[in-house]
Amino acid sequence: METPKTTEFAHIGKSVIIKGELSGSEDLYVDGQVEGTIQLQGNSLIIGDSGHVRANVNAKGVVVQGKLEGDIQATERAELKKSAVAVGDIITQRVSIEEGAYFKGKIEVQRESGRSSTSAASAGSGSQGKPAGN
Amino acid sequence: MASVAHSFMKLFRSSGGAGEESGATQAARRLTRRSSGLAELAKVLETDGTLCVLDLGYTSPANIRYFTERGHKIYSEDLLLSSTDPDLLTRDELGNAALDSKRFLTENLAFPSGQFDLVLCWNLPDYLDETLVKPVVGRFWTLLKPGGMLLAFFHTREAGPDAPCYRYHIVGPDTLEMQHIEPRRELRKGPTGVAHTSVGAGFSLQRVFNNRHIENLFRDFSSIRFFLARDNVREVLVVR
Repeated sequence: METPKTTEFAHIGKSVIIKGELSGSEDLYVDGQVEGTIQLQGNSLIIGDSGHVRANVNAKGVVVQGKLEGDIQATERAELKKSAVAVGDIITQRVSIEEGAYFKGKIEVQRESGRSSTSAASAGSGSQGKPAGN
Repeated sequence: MASVAHSFMKLFRSSGGAGEESGATQAARRLTRRSSGLAELAKVLETDGTLCVLDLGYTSPANIRYFTERGHKIYSEDLLLSSTDPDLLTRDELGNAALDSKRFLTENLAFPSGQFDLVLCWNLPDYLDETLVKPVVGRFWTLLKPGGMLLAFFHTREAGPDAPCYRYHIVGPDTLEMQHIEPRRELRKGPTGVAHTSVGAGFSLQRVFNNRHIENLFRDFSSIRFFLARDNVREVLVVR
């Protein structure tokens, strides 16, 4: 996955270290180190290849390409790319895990009430799989 | 713990691990087998309720998908990989090298009692270090709900000492895909007694259980069923 354009995502670079509560109302790309909590309700978080996050994450969508130690609460979707190392619990509507990703923890798919009961999880094999039901 | 996991993953990738193989190569390594034990579990999985499943194999997107699609919760714990943590190395009462089973259980199977409806052991007991097998099985009994089930695979003697270690992916109610596990980090001690790691040829079969051994291993469980498969694997389904 290419690094998103800085105009699309707020960007935390590789050399940046942040400790504390991180919150915002825009999409965020983390390639540095974050320790604490990340609150991005309604927005997306991408943890880049070099990113190392030790925090619980609350966002609309979460994509992990680097390291995450913490729980993910994603209102729409959580993705672990093949380079991901994720330790923690994931609660989301849709989850996608690529072959090669390392995951330790719980995954719970909570579907939005009123939606039809279609698959809420997809599995990739080297490339992102399209979620069934989409 | 995540730093250890990250080191593992770096080692896998630098050694040409699964993540760097082409899709065609990966697909070529997968074998399909029917599983009678899984077929029995499928009857339980079609319940309307939410089951809590513990998958003790390598992270499997297919398994996660299979259970979450059916509305169940799944916990993923790669115990075989975790057992290669160099920090587990210790000495027993006689001064022999051993793995710290208490630490292993604390770091990898620290769940509330009676949490799980289903534990997928796969081939774990065949490849796990001797010092960990009984403590881990004892912990399974604690973690399972009354009536909870555990599925494990054991090689027969005919499988031979070089039986490869596979990952198991659920692709149907009674069908598994087997994928050979890539080279792993091995625990070794150097001449000075200091633990160090190296890339080995894969997990080695540690022992062959016969039926009596298996019955003894799961003696605290209420029932045990055996399913013998053509690939010299004995599938065992136990009920807590």
